[in-house]
Amino acid sequence: MSPLLDVADLRVEFTTEDGVVHAVDGLSLSVEQGRILGVVGESGSGKSVTGLTVMGLTRGRNAAISGSVKFDGRELLGAGDAELRGIRGNDIAMIFQDPLSSLHPYFTVGKQLVEAHRIHHHGVSKAASRDRAAEMLDLVGIPDPRKRLDNYPHEFSGGMRQRAMIAMALINDPRLLIADEPTTALDVTVQAQILELIQRLQSELGMAVIMVTHDLGVVAELADDVVVMYAGRVVERGTKETIFDAPEHPYTWGLLTSIPRLTTPRGEELVPIAGRPPSLINRPSGCHFHPRCPYCLPRHTREDPRLEPVAGDTGHQVACLLPEDTRREIWRRVKGGVPPEQAREELLSGQEEAR
Amino acid sequence: MGRYIIRRVLWVVLLLFIVSALTFLIFYELPSADPAVLRAGKSPDPALIKSIRHSLGLDKPVYEQYWLYMKKVVLHFDFGYSYQNSQPVRQEIFDRLPATISLTVGAVVVWLLIGLPIGVISAVRSRSFIDRLSMGGALLAISAPVYWLGLVGLYLFSKDIGKVGIFDGAGTYTPISQDPSKWFGSLLLPWLVLAASFAAFYARLLRSNLIEVMSEDYIRTARAKGLPERRVIWRHAMRSAITPIVTILGLDIGVLLSGAILTETVFNIPGVGRLAYEGIINADLSLIQGTVLFGAFFIVLANLVVDIGYAFLDPRVRYT
Repeated sequence: MSPLLDVADLRVEFTTEDGVVHAVDGLSLSVEQGRILGVVGESGSGKSVTGLTVMGLTRGRNAAISGSVKFDGRELLGAGDAELRGIRGNDIAMIFQDPLSSLHPYFTVGKQLVEAHRIHHHGVSKAASRDRAAEMLDLVGIPDPRKRLDNYPHEFSGGMRQRAMIAMALINDPRLLIADEPTTALDVTVQAQILELIQRLQSELGMAVIMVTHDLGVVAELADDVVVMYAGRVVERGTKETIFDAPEHPYTWGLLTSIPRLTTPRGEELVPIAGRPPSLINRPSGCHFHPRCPYCLPRHTREDPRLEPVAGDTGHQVACLLPEDTRREIWRRVKGGVPPEQAREELLSGQEEAR
Repeated sequence: MGRYIIRRVLWVVLLLFIVSALTFLIFYELPSADPAVLRAGKSPDPALIKSIRHSLGLDKPVYEQYWLYMKKVVLHFDFGYSYQNSQPVRQEIFDRLPATISLTVGAVVVWLLIGLPIGVISAVRSRSFIDRLSMGGALLAISAPVYWLGLVGLYLFSKDIGKVGIFDGAGTYTPISQDPSKWFGSLLLPWLVLAASFAAFYARLLRSNLIEVMSEDYIRTARAKGLPERRVIWRHAMRSAITPIVTILGLDIGVLLSGAILTETVFNIPGVGRLAYEGIINADLSLIQGTVLFGAFFIVLANLVVDIGYAFLDPRVRYT
């Protein structure tokens, strides 16, 4: 079965006064019908731009986009405006980080939902669209939906606003939902409810979901497959189980050891990833992660790693220059609580001169 | 909402009292021509001046004069008599109001018709040639003083003294009730001149509002819904960008209704602004008081209307 969405070698560059920003750099990913793909990375890793580009919403004269975005076999890059509009909000829908600023403050929630429905259902009566809007509010768990249609967004709580956004996104039964950090702006308790809601709707409606997030906890909760992005590239991909149980990339390790989990033994320290996300204008040489990588060897500052399958698992790909057995040995120790510096000392000191 | 309006109206009344008291004080404290002397004719007899002063009530203490004046205003809506031609000031102002309203309404229509489309085009095509051209022109229009623009306009385009006779000249104002086409022709140049700086200001304001709104998250949402760009701009973005402009429009109308003194004077339009100008020249206290109070009334009324209207324009605003 061919995937529902197939992104191949996508590049998005923005020309700015300071130079060219390489926001997305040769990204490939695919989502199958009915699956949830988690796209993980720090801010500035290109994950949000990827979502917007799939929607055809990366705008501006200064943006250069190349590669291929195929949805259900149709190429979306370079497609006409009218064709894209027919897909947007209809076949592919998107929800965003901040539900308050994402809803129009001057229009009632009902008006915004009705508009989303009618733009893709010409000739449907206003009353029928309103019925559909109320049905959607009910579906996302907003009580008394008919009355709530006449409320303005500011009369909703944060969680309800995101529910309303989800209702609006799903009003035309999209086959793909792109969720761009949908829980980041919400309270922790509300976050869990929204994730549950997305999961429930996904299984009920059978759509595919791309969950863009910086939070591995969200991925652990929902995703079937995971793509880890760094500096506009995929550095590791695999099923959720693979990424959590047998990660191969030092950046993924960093993400995993820097989040607190209920299963983390008491007293074990969290290890933050040192340094800051790289500039996308003047990217580091060689492996883009090398300035922050605890296991960087001199060779890694010159050589650019390719995304390659891990031996024994074709679905698992990683872009790392360390030898495979060394990587596994490092992760075994780091997972067991050995600090990265010590792991480096033990395993890499003999190999090459330090940075 | 009801309580809010009552509170605001009480404030308006208080404000008008303060304005009238200040006008009285300024008139008496600042050196100006003595109205009694002005009315007494050439080489007046001191006894005559004294009797005029008495008949105008100017020999009474200021607070007593103020008290008598306000009593008449409040009880009988009587603004006294003009020193100059002994007409009731109320009548004078009402006679002049149609010209001022004509000038204001026409200018508002002109500047909205010119300013808003330019603002939208400049915002949608920001940084393009047409945007730079419009904004450069706007800067010129804002910088040009209205009396200068009026004189240049008359000098170049009026039928009597102009180089190219396109518009009717100064002093040709005809009431609409007499001859609508003459009314239109006589006011066309004043409208354009008065509207120029406002059109420029509104174009710049709408442009910057619209550019700001276009980068809002809810505009991205509107696009993500699959709406055509035209609908995104005209329905979603304009709805937000126009709201502050409606507010300012209300205030500008209030100010102009209180008299566009410069424009009315340059074009010799018999409006309230020109009446105020005549009052000041002739040290005509009742006339000054009357026009100032009328002006203040229009401005505070416009403020009130704008504040109440805002609650309808922006659902997030609720007054208590």
